[in-house]
Amino acid sequence: MDADTADTRVAGVLDRLRHLPGALLPILHEIQHELGHVPAAAVPAIAAALNLSRAEVHGVISFYHHFRIAPAGAHVVQLCRAEACQAVGARALEAHVKQRLGIEFGATTADGKFTLEPVYCLGNCACGPSVQVDDQLHARVSPQAFDNLLAKLGVNS
Amino acid sequence: MSVRVFVPGDSTACALGADQVAAALVEQARSRGLDIDLVRNGSRGLFWLEPLIEVETTAGRVAYGPVSVADVAELFDRDLLAGGEHPLALGPTEQIPYLQQQTRVNFARAGVIDPLNIDDYRRTGGFAGLDRALALSGQEIVAAIKTSGLRGRGGAAFPAGIKWQTVLDTAADQKYIVCNADEGDSGTFADRLLLEADPLQLVEGMTIAGLAVGATRGYIYVRSEYPRAFAVLRAAIALAREDGYLGPDVCGSGRAFELEARLGAGAYICGEETSLLESLEGRRGLVRAKPPLPAIQGLFGKPTVVNNVLTLASVAAILARGADWYRALGCGRSLGTLPMQLAGNIKHGGVVELPFGMSLRALIEDFGGGTASGRPVRAVQVGGPLGAYLSADELDLPLDYEAFAAQRAMLGHGGVVVFDDSVDMAEQARFAMEFCVAESCGKCTPCRIGSVRGVEVIDRIRADTQRADNLLLLKELCDTMEYGSLCAMGGLTPMPVRSAVEKFPEDFGA
Repeated sequence: MDADTADTRVAGVLDRLRHLPGALLPILHEIQHELGHVPAAAVPAIAAALNLSRAEVHGVISFYHHFRIAPAGAHVVQLCRAEACQAVGARALEAHVKQRLGIEFGATTADGKFTLEPVYCLGNCACGPSVQVDDQLHARVSPQAFDNLLAKLGVNS
Repeated sequence: MSVRVFVPGDSTACALGADQVAAALVEQARSRGLDIDLVRNGSRGLFWLEPLIEVETTAGRVAYGPVSVADVAELFDRDLLAGGEHPLALGPTEQIPYLQQQTRVNFARAGVIDPLNIDDYRRTGGFAGLDRALALSGQEIVAAIKTSGLRGRGGAAFPAGIKWQTVLDTAADQKYIVCNADEGDSGTFADRLLLEADPLQLVEGMTIAGLAVGATRGYIYVRSEYPRAFAVLRAAIALAREDGYLGPDVCGSGRAFELEARLGAGAYICGEETSLLESLEGRRGLVRAKPPLPAIQGLFGKPTVVNNVLTLASVAAILARGADWYRALGCGRSLGTLPMQLAGNIKHGGVVELPFGMSLRALIEDFGGGTASGRPVRAVQVGGPLGAYLSADELDLPLDYEAFAAQRAMLGHGGVVVFDDSVDMAEQARFAMEFCVAESCGKCTPCRIGSVRGVEVIDRIRADTQRADNLLLLKELCDTMEYGSLCAMGGLTPMPVRSAVEKFPEDFGA
């Protein structure tokens, strides 16, 4: 998407949501929803619309794990690292996933296909280990089941 | 005549293939010329049986589960729509022992109704509490909540009626009701289930809270890890507004109550009430010092009730059925019911709502069926990542706030995470510190830096480097975090660490 289009869409979001009490999080969510991330270039416009400093807007973006300042890979893989999933093999799954994708948490594969993120609980604690790929939650994910998910996304072992 | 078939639209059910099962049911019925009316209900919370499908027969609803796409054709071959026999048949749903032995108040409708059918909600007793509340004064509603003995279900267990009284007594031009649906504790999913299976109950409870304290606006802060719950809740709010239960004139009473769902952004700390308020105001989720209490200066500096999902949902039932009925459930000062959540290495994981007082052992063994791996239970963490680890010989503890506190443990939000004997408790203690590193808001030094040092100290203990000295250092570090942090994040991170060291010394090289 070119910069003009992104600017227009940010302006549209600001126009729609700036009047909300405590509007910053809803605005950031909506921008990330539309553009896939919150570009640094959007920060001055957000700050101006809400009468905040750019530092304040940047501070909020960087505080929350959910917001990203760069585009993610084509698929975002979120792996639950929390206790209930640990109790059913999440640590072994984590090692497997990192090895299969060849990246650590917070990184994107060289081909731009996958971004790997840790997540602390997806609320699926009775049927872990839990993995979310894009918006789809998966339960009881064994290393084998993860390979099957990758195969469905066109990655063969 | 079409037969109603229920397939949960719940997150866990769908993670186990419920959407595909639903599609297969429709396709099979069509190809066989059978007429079915597919209802996407919420889950009953019997997660080990998901996808659990139900068929409405002349003898009531009967269940099958766990059903996979591959089972669907055979189920039809065996006369599914008449409740036919099949190895996956579970009989009448309400008679499944796991469900039958519960006392469901918050979850009475979960999985029974279509969560976005307001007629279903009304037919099953919905809005009876609101009707009652509309005939009472604010003080009378607050008095009923006090009498009921309801305590905050988020973890701190503070009496809800006392908090409400403070907000009622504080004069202001604007007051707020804020629902904390930032259910971040691992091993908990009751809030999520309620939001997905019976969101109108929360809408009703919050409206009653607004009438009680004189608040005309409410916000529900839902964590971003719960996209499905957020979507269902938003739709439910829109339905309630359409039918006049929300808006400038609630049920023709001339009184206003507006409700808005807001999305968190992946910060565990925002489950702490003051951090949540900061986040709602559009800032970093930094914890505020108390006082001032949120009940006096909360959201946007105005008097605010902040309660958990289950606390506010309970209000609807308390008003509908009476404070005395509610307080007759439970024991000691822990009154009413507590939805426990069985998670981790457990055979039968799910939501078990019971009056307070049952033993943890009965919960894990009788309901949970022991570990999923079949190996012995070694450790159980109750109350989320900040809760104590209990050893296998401590399980006779009754589920009661005071009994847990006396054992230096906490019930918290009712999450129970079971570990078998393959667990390394030093690794778990390390994780507790590591989690605090990732999720500390950074305001207090003992939490922000103490957790980093905690990981290092535990690593040295595990590497057998000056073990005795480092164990002492860890103990002192835990004291510093406990007494030197503003909120429960830094203050309670030592709880799982200490309990692991004290109860499982062999894992720390003793």
